[in-house]
Amino acid sequence: MNSFFGSLGRTIAISGRVLLQIRSDRRTVALMFLVPSLLTGLFAWMLNSKQLFDHIGPRLVGLFPFVVMFLAASITTLRERRSGTLERFLTTPMRRDEFIIGYALAFGLMAILQSAITQTFAVLVCGLKVDNIWLLLLAAWANAICGMALGLLASAFAQTEFQVIQFMPAFIFPQIILGGLFVPQSQMPDVLSSISDWLPLTHALRSITLISDGADSGTIMTEIWIVAAVCLGSLLLGAFTLRKRTE
Amino acid sequence: MGSVAEFEGVRVSRGKTLVLQDLNLSLQAGQIIGLLGPSGAGKTTLMRALVGVQAGVSGKLSVLGSTPGSSALETRVAYATQASSVFDDLTVLQNLRFAKTMLGAPAPRVGEVIAEVGLEGLENRQVGSLSGGQRNRVSLAIAMLGSPELLILDEPTVGLDPVLRSEIWAIFRRLADKGQTILVSSHVMDEAERCDTLIFMRDGRVIANDTLANILLQTNSTTAENAFLALAKGVSA
Repeated sequence: MNSFFGSLGRTIAISGRVLLQIRSDRRTVALMFLVPSLLTGLFAWMLNSKQLFDHIGPRLVGLFPFVVMFLAASITTLRERRSGTLERFLTTPMRRDEFIIGYALAFGLMAILQSAITQTFAVLVCGLKVDNIWLLLLAAWANAICGMALGLLASAFAQTEFQVIQFMPAFIFPQIILGGLFVPQSQMPDVLSSISDWLPLTHALRSITLISDGADSGTIMTEIWIVAAVCLGSLLLGAFTLRKRTE
Repeated sequence: MGSVAEFEGVRVSRGKTLVLQDLNLSLQAGQIIGLLGPSGAGKTTLMRALVGVQAGVSGKLSVLGSTPGSSALETRVAYATQASSVFDDLTVLQNLRFAKTMLGAPAPRVGEVIAEVGLEGLENRQVGSLSGGQRNRVSLAIAMLGSPELLILDEPTVGLDPVLRSEIWAIFRRLADKGQTILVSSHVMDEAERCDTLIFMRDGRVIANDTLANILLQTNSTTAENAFLALAKGVSA
Protein backbone atom coordinates (compact mmCIF):
# COMPACT_ATOMS: atom_id res chain seq x y z
CA MET A 1 0.00 0.00 0.00
CA ASN A 2 2.88 2.29 0.82
CA SER A 3 4.26 1.95 -2.66
CA PHE A 4 0.81 2.62 -4.12
CA PHE A 5 0.50 5.88 -2.18
CA GLY A 6 4.08 6.78 -3.07
CA SER A 7 3.30 6.26 -6.72
CA LEU A 8 0.05 8.22 -6.48
CA GLY A 9 1.86 11.04 -4.69
CA ARG A 10 4.51 11.23 -7.39
CA THR A 11 1.92 11.15 -10.19
CA ILE A 12 0.01 14.02 -8.60
CA ALA A 13 3.24 15.94 -8.00
CA ILE A 14 4.14 15.56 -11.69
CA SER A 15 0.71 16.89 -12.72
CA GLY A 16 0.98 19.77 -10.29
CA ARG A 17 4.45 20.59 -11.52
CA VAL A 18 3.39 20.59 -15.19
CA LEU A 19 0.42 22.85 -14.34
CA LEU A 20 2.71 25.24 -12.46
CA GLN A 21 5.01 25.32 -15.47
CA ILE A 22 2.14 26.08 -17.83
CA ARG A 23 0.81 28.73 -15.46
CA SER A 24 4.17 30.47 -15.26
CA ASP A 25 3.86 31.26 -18.96
CA ARG A 26 0.83 33.56 -18.90
CA ARG A 27 0.93 34.38 -22.57
CA THR A 28 0.72 30.72 -23.57
CA VAL A 29 -2.21 30.21 -21.21
CA ALA A 30 -4.01 33.18 -22.76
CA LEU A 31 -3.33 31.92 -26.28
CA MET A 32 -4.41 28.40 -25.37
CA PHE A 33 -7.71 29.52 -23.93
CA LEU A 34 -8.65 32.40 -26.21
CA VAL A 35 -7.42 31.50 -29.69
CA PRO A 36 -9.81 28.55 -30.26
CA SER A 37 -12.76 30.78 -29.31
CA LEU A 38 -11.61 33.61 -31.56
CA LEU A 39 -11.11 31.23 -34.49
CA THR A 40 -14.54 29.73 -33.93
CA GLY A 41 -15.94 33.28 -33.90
CA LEU A 42 -14.11 34.06 -37.11
CA PHE A 43 -15.66 31.01 -38.76
CA ALA A 44 -19.14 31.95 -37.60
CA TRP A 45 -18.69 35.47 -38.98
CA MET A 46 -17.22 34.25 -42.27
CA LEU A 47 -19.83 31.55 -42.93
CA ASN A 48 -22.55 34.09 -42.24
CA SER A 49 -25.11 31.32 -42.21
CA LYS A 50 -26.64 29.92 -39.09
CA GLN A 51 -27.39 26.62 -40.76
CA LEU A 52 -23.84 26.13 -42.04
CA PHE A 53 -22.31 27.13 -38.73
CA ASP A 54 -24.52 24.70 -36.81
CA HIS A 55 -23.03 22.04 -39.08
CA ILE A 56 -19.33 23.03 -38.93
CA GLY A 57 -19.18 24.74 -35.53
CA PRO A 58 -19.16 21.58 -33.38
CA ARG A 59 -16.23 20.17 -35.35
CA LEU A 60 -14.26 23.34 -34.79
CA VAL A 61 -14.97 23.04 -31.08
CA GLY A 62 -13.26 19.63 -31.30
CA LEU A 63 -10.52 20.44 -33.79
CA PHE A 64 -8.85 23.39 -32.10
CA PRO A 65 -8.21 21.69 -28.75
CA PHE A 66 -6.73 18.74 -30.66
CA VAL A 67 -4.23 20.94 -32.48
CA VAL A 68 -3.36 23.16 -29.54
CA MET A 69 -2.84 20.22 -27.18
CA PHE A 70 -0.69 18.41 -29.73
CA LEU A 71 1.68 21.37 -29.89
CA ALA A 72 1.69 22.13 -26.17
CA ALA A 73 2.32 18.54 -25.12
CA SER A 74 4.96 17.80 -27.75
CA ILE A 75 7.01 20.89 -26.95
CA THR A 76 6.77 20.50 -23.16
CA THR A 77 7.84 16.87 -23.31
CA LEU A 78 10.61 17.58 -25.79
CA ARG A 79 11.95 20.26 -23.47
CA GLU A 80 11.96 17.78 -20.64
CA ARG A 81 13.88 15.25 -22.70
CA ARG A 82 16.39 17.86 -23.83
CA SER A 83 17.01 19.68 -20.55
CA GLY A 84 18.02 16.51 -18.73
CA THR A 85 15.24 16.76 -16.15
CA LEU A 86 13.61 13.59 -17.50
CA GLU A 87 16.88 11.67 -17.29
CA ARG A 88 17.59 13.05 -13.85
CA PHE A 89 14.24 12.05 -12.41
CA LEU A 90 14.29 8.64 -14.08
CA THR A 91 17.22 7.90 -11.74
CA THR A 92 14.92 8.58 -8.75
CA PRO A 93 11.99 6.35 -7.73
CA MET A 94 9.88 8.09 -10.41
CA ARG A 95 8.45 5.62 -12.96
CA ARG A 96 7.69 6.18 -16.61
CA ASP A 97 4.00 5.41 -16.18
CA GLU A 98 3.79 7.97 -13.36
CA PHE A 99 5.37 10.50 -15.67
CA ILE A 100 2.95 9.77 -18.52
CA ILE A 101 -0.15 9.66 -16.32
CA GLY A 102 0.96 12.85 -14.56
CA TYR A 103 1.27 14.59 -17.91
CA ALA A 104 -2.06 13.20 -19.11
CA LEU A 105 -3.81 14.46 -15.97
CA ALA A 106 -2.34 17.95 -16.25
CA PHE A 107 -3.06 18.34 -19.94
CA GLY A 108 -6.42 16.64 -19.51
CA LEU A 109 -7.38 19.39 -17.06
CA MET A 110 -6.16 22.09 -19.44
CA ALA A 111 -8.05 20.37 -22.24
CA ILE A 112 -11.35 20.32 -20.39
CA LEU A 113 -11.02 24.02 -19.53
CA GLN A 114 -10.15 24.87 -23.10
CA SER A 115 -13.00 22.81 -24.57
CA ALA A 116 -15.46 24.32 -22.11
CA ILE A 117 -14.39 27.86 -22.93
CA THR A 118 -14.52 27.29 -26.69
CA GLN A 119 -17.89 25.59 -26.48
CA THR A 120 -19.39 28.25 -24.23
CA PHE A 121 -18.20 30.92 -26.62
CA ALA A 122 -19.58 29.02 -29.61
CA VAL A 123 -22.99 28.60 -27.97
CA LEU A 124 -23.43 31.93 -26.20
CA VAL A 125 -21.66 34.33 -28.56
CA CYS A 126 -21.87 32.59 -31.93
CA GLY A 127 -25.31 31.09 -31.31
CA LEU A 128 -24.30 27.49 -32.01
CA LYS A 129 -27.15 25.07 -31.55
CA VAL A 130 -26.18 21.73 -30.01
CA ASP A 131 -28.61 19.05 -28.86
CA ASN A 132 -26.35 17.45 -26.32
CA ILE A 133 -23.92 19.93 -24.81
CA TRP A 134 -22.37 17.41 -22.40
CA LEU A 135 -21.72 14.82 -25.05
CA LEU A 136 -20.08 17.46 -27.22
CA LEU A 137 -17.91 18.51 -24.29
CA LEU A 138 -16.90 14.90 -23.71
CA ALA A 139 -16.06 14.46 -27.39
CA ALA A 140 -14.09 17.73 -27.50
CA TRP A 141 -12.21 16.63 -24.40
CA ALA A 142 -11.43 13.24 -25.95
CA ASN A 143 -10.10 15.10 -29.00
CA ALA A 144 -7.85 17.26 -26.85
CA ILE A 145 -6.51 14.23 -24.96
CA CYS A 146 -5.90 12.49 -28.27
CA GLY A 147 -3.92 15.51 -29.50
CA MET A 148 -1.92 15.47 -26.29
CA ALA A 149 -1.17 11.74 -26.51
CA LEU A 150 0.01 12.06 -30.11
CA GLY A 151 2.11 15.09 -29.14
CA LEU A 152 3.82 13.15 -26.36
CA LEU A 153 4.64 10.39 -28.81
CA ALA A 154 5.79 12.83 -31.50
CA SER A 155 8.25 14.46 -29.10
CA ALA A 156 10.25 11.22 -29.10
CA PHE A 157 10.98 11.63 -32.79
CA ALA A 158 12.15 15.23 -32.69
CA GLN A 159 15.50 16.60 -31.67
CA THR A 160 14.56 20.27 -31.71
CA GLU A 161 11.50 22.44 -31.15
CA PHE A 162 11.65 23.43 -34.82
CA GLN A 163 11.17 19.80 -35.81
CA VAL A 164 8.20 19.41 -33.49
CA ILE A 165 6.55 22.41 -35.08
CA GLN A 166 7.18 20.89 -38.51
CA PHE A 167 5.26 17.80 -37.37
CA MET A 168 2.15 19.99 -37.54
CA PRO A 169 2.06 20.32 -41.33
CA ALA A 170 3.55 16.82 -41.70
CA PHE A 171 1.19 14.80 -39.50
CA ILE A 172 -1.67 17.00 -38.38
CA PHE A 173 -2.59 18.87 -41.58
CA PRO A 174 -3.13 15.67 -43.61
CA GLN A 175 -5.46 14.45 -40.87
CA ILE A 176 -7.37 17.72 -40.98
CA ILE A 177 -7.60 17.59 -44.79
CA LEU A 178 -8.72 13.95 -44.83
CA GLY A 179 -10.78 14.21 -41.66
CA GLY A 180 -14.00 15.07 -43.42
CA LEU A 181 -14.01 18.73 -42.51
CA PHE A 182 -13.73 19.99 -46.10
CA VAL A 183 -15.14 17.07 -48.10
CA PRO A 184 -17.35 14.40 -46.54
CA GLN A 185 -15.54 11.08 -46.40
CA SER A 186 -18.19 9.44 -48.60
CA GLN A 187 -17.32 11.80 -51.46
CA MET A 188 -13.55 11.15 -51.34
CA PRO A 189 -11.75 8.85 -53.82
CA ASP A 190 -11.77 5.29 -52.45
CA VAL A 191 -8.08 5.23 -51.57
CA LEU A 192 -8.27 8.46 -49.57
CA SER A 193 -11.47 7.37 -47.91
CA SER A 194 -9.81 4.18 -46.64
CA ILE A 195 -6.75 6.10 -45.48
CA SER A 196 -9.06 8.50 -43.71
CA ASP A 197 -10.57 5.57 -41.81
CA TRP A 198 -7.20 4.88 -40.21
CA LEU A 199 -6.49 8.42 -39.05
CA PRO A 200 -7.24 9.26 -35.41
CA LEU A 201 -8.61 12.71 -36.19
CA THR A 202 -11.20 11.24 -38.56
CA HIS A 203 -12.82 9.38 -35.69
CA ALA A 204 -12.40 12.32 -33.36
CA LEU A 205 -14.23 14.59 -35.80
CA ARG A 206 -16.75 11.90 -36.72
CA SER A 207 -17.81 11.54 -33.10
CA ILE A 208 -18.57 15.24 -33.13
CA THR A 209 -20.36 15.16 -36.50
CA LEU A 210 -22.57 12.37 -35.16
CA ILE A 211 -23.39 14.48 -32.12
CA SER A 212 -24.37 17.50 -34.20
CA ASP A 213 -26.40 15.25 -36.51
CA GLY A 214 -28.23 13.95 -33.49
CA ALA A 215 -27.18 10.31 -33.93
CA ASP A 216 -27.99 7.82 -31.17
CA SER A 217 -25.53 7.85 -28.31
CA GLY A 218 -24.42 4.24 -28.94
CA THR A 219 -22.98 5.13 -32.35
CA ILE A 220 -21.37 8.25 -30.90
CA MET A 221 -19.80 6.34 -28.03
CA THR A 222 -18.29 3.83 -30.46
CA GLU A 223 -16.36 6.66 -32.09
CA ILE A 224 -15.37 8.11 -28.73
CA TRP A 225 -14.09 4.70 -27.66
CA ILE A 226 -11.98 4.51 -30.81
CA VAL A 227 -10.50 7.90 -29.93
CA ALA A 228 -9.87 6.70 -26.38
CA ALA A 229 -8.12 3.59 -27.71
CA VAL A 230 -5.85 5.73 -29.90
CA CYS A 231 -5.02 7.87 -26.85
CA LEU A 232 -4.18 4.85 -24.76
CA GLY A 233 -2.09 3.33 -27.54
CA SER A 234 -0.13 6.55 -28.08
CA LEU A 235 0.43 6.98 -24.36
CA LEU A 236 1.72 3.41 -24.05
CA LEU A 237 4.01 3.87 -27.05
CA GLY A 238 5.02 7.25 -25.61
CA ALA A 239 5.92 5.61 -22.29
CA PHE A 240 8.03 3.12 -24.21
CA THR A 241 10.05 5.96 -25.78
CA LEU A 242 11.02 7.34 -22.36
CA ARG A 243 14.30 5.50 -22.14
CA LYS A 244 16.37 5.49 -19.02
CA ARG A 245 19.53 4.26 -20.72
CA THR A 246 20.74 6.30 -23.66
CA GLU A 247 23.96 6.51 -25.62
CA MET B 1 35.06 2.52 5.34
CA GLY B 2 34.48 0.21 2.41
CA SER B 3 34.13 0.88 -1.25
CA VAL B 4 31.09 2.47 -2.86
CA ALA B 5 31.75 1.33 -6.40
CA GLU B 6 33.78 -1.39 -8.09
CA PHE B 7 34.75 -1.41 -11.76
CA GLU B 8 36.14 -4.64 -13.20
CA GLY B 9 37.05 -4.51 -16.86
CA VAL B 10 34.28 -2.02 -17.56
CA ARG B 11 33.97 -0.86 -21.15
CA VAL B 12 31.50 1.45 -22.79
CA SER B 13 31.01 1.38 -26.52
CA ARG B 14 29.06 3.81 -28.63
CA GLY B 15 28.53 2.29 -32.03
CA LYS B 16 31.91 0.86 -32.97
CA THR B 17 34.04 3.18 -30.85
CA LEU B 18 35.09 2.40 -27.31
CA VAL B 19 34.39 5.43 -25.16
CA LEU B 20 35.71 3.81 -22.00
CA GLN B 21 38.35 1.12 -22.18
CA ASP B 22 38.84 -1.62 -19.60
CA LEU B 23 38.32 0.33 -16.42
CA ASN B 24 39.43 -1.21 -13.13
CA LEU B 25 38.68 1.05 -10.22
CA SER B 26 37.50 1.02 -6.67
CA LEU B 27 35.90 4.14 -5.20
CA GLN B 28 36.36 4.49 -1.44
CA ALA B 29 33.54 5.69 0.80
CA GLY B 30 33.54 8.97 2.70
CA GLN B 31 35.88 10.74 0.34
CA ILE B 32 35.83 13.51 -2.20
CA ILE B 33 36.94 11.81 -5.38
CA GLY B 34 38.05 14.08 -8.18
CA LEU B 35 37.56 12.87 -11.72
CA LEU B 36 39.92 15.01 -13.76
CA GLY B 37 40.71 15.17 -17.41
CA PRO B 38 40.11 17.16 -20.56
CA SER B 39 36.67 17.26 -22.12
CA GLY B 40 36.11 14.17 -24.23
CA ALA B 41 38.15 12.01 -21.83
CA GLY B 42 35.08 9.98 -20.80
CA LYS B 43 34.34 11.58 -17.43
CA THR B 44 30.63 12.06 -18.11
CA THR B 45 30.33 8.56 -19.59
CA LEU B 46 31.90 7.06 -16.46
CA MET B 47 29.46 8.98 -14.26
CA ARG B 48 26.49 8.01 -16.42
CA ALA B 49 27.55 4.37 -16.20
CA LEU B 50 27.56 4.68 -12.39
CA VAL B 51 23.98 6.01 -12.29
CA GLY B 52 22.81 3.46 -14.83
CA VAL B 53 21.69 5.80 -17.61
CA GLN B 54 24.51 4.90 -20.00
CA ALA B 55 23.80 2.39 -22.75
CA GLY B 56 26.45 -0.01 -24.04
CA VAL B 57 28.19 -0.82 -20.74
CA SER B 58 29.95 -4.18 -20.45
CA GLY B 59 32.15 -5.70 -17.75
CA LYS B 60 31.45 -5.86 -14.03
CA LEU B 61 30.26 -2.69 -12.34
CA SER B 62 28.65 -2.54 -8.94
CA VAL B 63 27.53 0.48 -6.94
CA LEU B 64 26.90 0.06 -3.20
CA GLY B 65 26.68 -3.66 -3.85
CA SER B 66 23.94 -3.37 -6.51
CA THR B 67 23.69 -3.06 -10.28
CA PRO B 68 23.80 0.59 -11.40
CA GLY B 69 20.34 2.00 -12.03
CA SER B 70 18.57 -0.68 -9.98
CA SER B 71 15.69 0.42 -7.79
CA ALA B 72 17.72 -0.26 -4.64
CA LEU B 73 19.98 2.67 -5.57
CA GLU B 74 17.34 5.23 -6.53
CA THR B 75 17.52 7.08 -3.24
CA ARG B 76 21.09 6.12 -2.30
CA VAL B 77 22.78 7.62 -5.35
CA ALA B 78 22.13 11.13 -6.68
CA TYR B 79 23.32 12.57 -9.93
CA ALA B 80 23.54 16.13 -11.20
CA THR B 81 24.28 16.49 -14.89
CA GLN B 82 26.65 19.07 -16.28
CA ALA B 83 23.93 21.27 -17.73
CA SER B 84 21.96 21.95 -14.54
CA SER B 85 18.89 19.82 -15.08
CA VAL B 86 16.34 22.00 -13.33
CA PHE B 87 12.96 23.43 -14.33
CA ASP B 88 13.69 26.97 -15.47
CA ASP B 89 10.03 27.98 -15.43
CA LEU B 90 9.58 27.07 -11.76
CA THR B 91 10.85 28.81 -8.65
CA VAL B 92 13.70 27.45 -6.52
CA LEU B 93 11.19 26.26 -3.92
CA GLN B 94 8.90 24.63 -6.51
CA ASN B 95 11.86 22.76 -7.99
CA LEU B 96 12.94 21.44 -4.62
CA ARG B 97 9.43 20.53 -3.47
CA PHE B 98 8.91 18.53 -6.64
CA ALA B 99 12.24 16.73 -6.20
CA LYS B 100 11.37 16.07 -2.55
CA THR B 101 8.21 14.19 -3.55
CA MET B 102 10.05 12.23 -6.27
CA LEU B 103 12.70 11.14 -3.77
CA GLY B 104 10.37 10.68 -0.82
CA ALA B 105 12.64 12.95 1.24
CA PRO B 106 11.32 14.50 4.47
CA ALA B 107 9.85 18.01 4.02
CA PRO B 108 12.31 19.84 6.32
CA ARG B 109 15.15 18.80 3.99
CA VAL B 110 13.97 21.42 1.47
CA GLY B 111 14.76 24.31 3.80
CA GLU B 112 17.97 22.62 4.95
CA VAL B 113 19.46 22.17 1.49
CA ILE B 114 18.48 25.72 0.47
CA ALA B 115 20.48 26.96 3.46
CA GLU B 116 23.36 24.56 2.79
CA VAL B 117 23.92 25.78 -0.76
CA GLY B 118 23.32 29.41 0.23
CA LEU B 119 20.17 30.10 -1.75
CA GLU B 120 18.26 31.72 1.11
CA GLY B 121 16.26 34.72 -0.02
CA LEU B 122 16.02 33.35 -3.55
CA GLU B 123 13.39 30.69 -2.77
CA ASN B 124 10.66 32.37 -4.77
CA ARG B 125 12.76 33.41 -7.74
CA GLN B 126 12.20 31.66 -11.04
CA VAL B 127 15.23 29.47 -11.72
CA GLY B 128 15.47 30.73 -15.30
CA SER B 129 16.09 34.24 -13.99
CA LEU B 130 19.01 33.18 -11.79
CA SER B 131 22.68 33.37 -12.74
CA GLY B 132 24.47 30.28 -14.02
CA GLY B 133 26.15 29.73 -10.66
CA GLN B 134 22.86 29.98 -8.80
CA ARG B 135 21.20 27.53 -11.20
CA ASN B 136 24.09 25.14 -10.56
CA ARG B 137 23.43 25.38 -6.87
CA VAL B 138 19.73 24.59 -7.35
CA SER B 139 20.81 21.47 -9.23
CA LEU B 140 23.26 20.62 -6.45
CA ALA B 141 20.57 21.18 -3.80
CA ILE B 142 18.31 18.68 -5.58
CA ALA B 143 21.15 16.13 -5.57
CA MET B 144 21.67 16.69 -1.83
CA LEU B 145 17.96 16.47 -0.92
CA GLY B 146 17.73 12.74 -0.35
CA SER B 147 20.98 12.63 1.71
CA PRO B 148 22.38 10.05 -0.71
CA GLU B 149 25.40 7.90 0.19
CA LEU B 150 26.96 8.66 -3.18
CA LEU B 151 26.72 12.03 -4.94
CA ILE B 152 27.81 12.12 -8.53
CA LEU B 153 28.31 15.68 -9.75
CA ASP B 154 29.36 16.50 -13.29
CA GLU B 155 31.42 19.72 -13.39
CA PRO B 156 29.46 21.39 -10.57
CA THR B 157 31.83 24.34 -10.27
CA VAL B 158 32.21 25.24 -13.92
CA GLY B 159 31.80 28.96 -14.56
CA LEU B 160 31.67 29.89 -10.88
CA ASP B 161 33.63 32.77 -9.45
CA PRO B 162 36.46 31.72 -7.09
CA VAL B 163 34.58 32.73 -3.94
CA LEU B 164 31.54 30.66 -4.85
CA ARG B 165 33.70 27.82 -5.98
CA SER B 166 35.44 27.59 -2.64
CA GLU B 167 32.03 27.75 -0.91
CA ILE B 168 30.84 24.80 -2.97
CA TRP B 169 34.00 22.85 -2.10
CA ALA B 170 33.38 23.62 1.56
CA ILE B 171 29.93 22.05 1.18
CA PHE B 172 31.48 18.92 -0.36
CA ARG B 173 33.93 18.73 2.56
CA ARG B 174 31.11 18.90 5.10
CA LEU B 175 29.20 16.15 3.28
CA ALA B 176 32.31 13.94 3.11
CA ASP B 177 32.93 14.52 6.82
CA LYS B 178 29.45 13.18 7.47
CA GLY B 179 30.38 10.02 5.57
CA GLN B 180 28.87 10.75 2.17
CA THR B 181 30.98 10.00 -0.89
CA ILE B 182 31.29 12.65 -3.56
CA LEU B 183 32.49 12.01 -7.07
CA VAL B 184 33.17 15.33 -8.76
CA SER B 185 34.38 15.82 -12.29
CA SER B 186 36.35 18.81 -13.45
CA HIS B 187 38.62 19.83 -16.25
CA VAL B 188 40.31 22.41 -14.05
CA MET B 189 43.46 20.83 -12.63
CA ASP B 190 43.61 23.35 -9.75
CA GLU B 191 40.68 21.62 -8.16
CA ALA B 192 42.81 18.49 -7.61
CA GLU B 193 44.15 19.75 -4.31
CA ARG B 194 40.66 19.91 -2.83
CA CYS B 195 40.03 16.19 -3.39
CA ASP B 196 40.99 13.22 -1.23
CA THR B 197 41.61 10.94 -4.17
CA LEU B 198 42.10 11.64 -7.84
CA ILE B 199 41.23 9.78 -10.98
CA PHE B 200 43.01 11.16 -14.02
CA MET B 201 41.34 10.31 -17.33
CA ARG B 202 42.41 10.73 -20.91
CA ASP B 203 40.99 9.22 -24.11
CA GLY B 204 38.66 6.87 -22.27
CA ARG B 205 41.40 5.47 -20.01
CA VAL B 206 42.31 6.00 -16.39
CA ILE B 207 45.93 7.13 -16.33
CA ALA B 208 46.20 7.57 -12.56
CA ASN B 209 44.16 6.78 -9.47
CA ASP B 210 45.76 7.85 -6.21
CA THR B 211 46.07 10.76 -3.79
CA LEU B 212 47.50 13.99 -5.15
CA ALA B 213 50.59 13.64 -2.91
CA ASN B 214 51.36 10.17 -4.27
CA ILE B 215 50.77 11.22 -7.87
CA LEU B 216 53.11 14.21 -7.47
CA LEU B 217 55.77 12.00 -5.89
CA GLN B 218 55.45 9.38 -8.58
CA THR B 219 55.75 11.86 -11.43
CA ASN B 220 58.26 14.06 -9.70
CA SER B 221 56.01 17.09 -10.29
CA THR B 222 54.95 20.05 -8.21
CA THR B 223 51.50 20.68 -9.70
CA ALA B 224 48.60 18.47 -10.75
CA GLU B 225 48.79 19.98 -14.22
CA ASN B 226 52.42 18.90 -14.68
CA ALA B 227 51.72 15.48 -13.23
CA PHE B 228 48.89 15.04 -15.73
CA LEU B 229 51.19 16.06 -18.58
CA ALA B 230 53.86 13.63 -17.45
CA LEU B 231 51.34 10.78 -17.14
CA ALA B 232 49.73 11.57 -20.49
CA LYS B 233 53.14 11.49 -22.15
CA GLY B 234 53.98 8.22 -20.44
CA VAL B 235 50.78 6.60 -21.74
CA SER B 236 51.16 7.72 -25.34
CA ALA B 237 54.91 6.96 -25.44
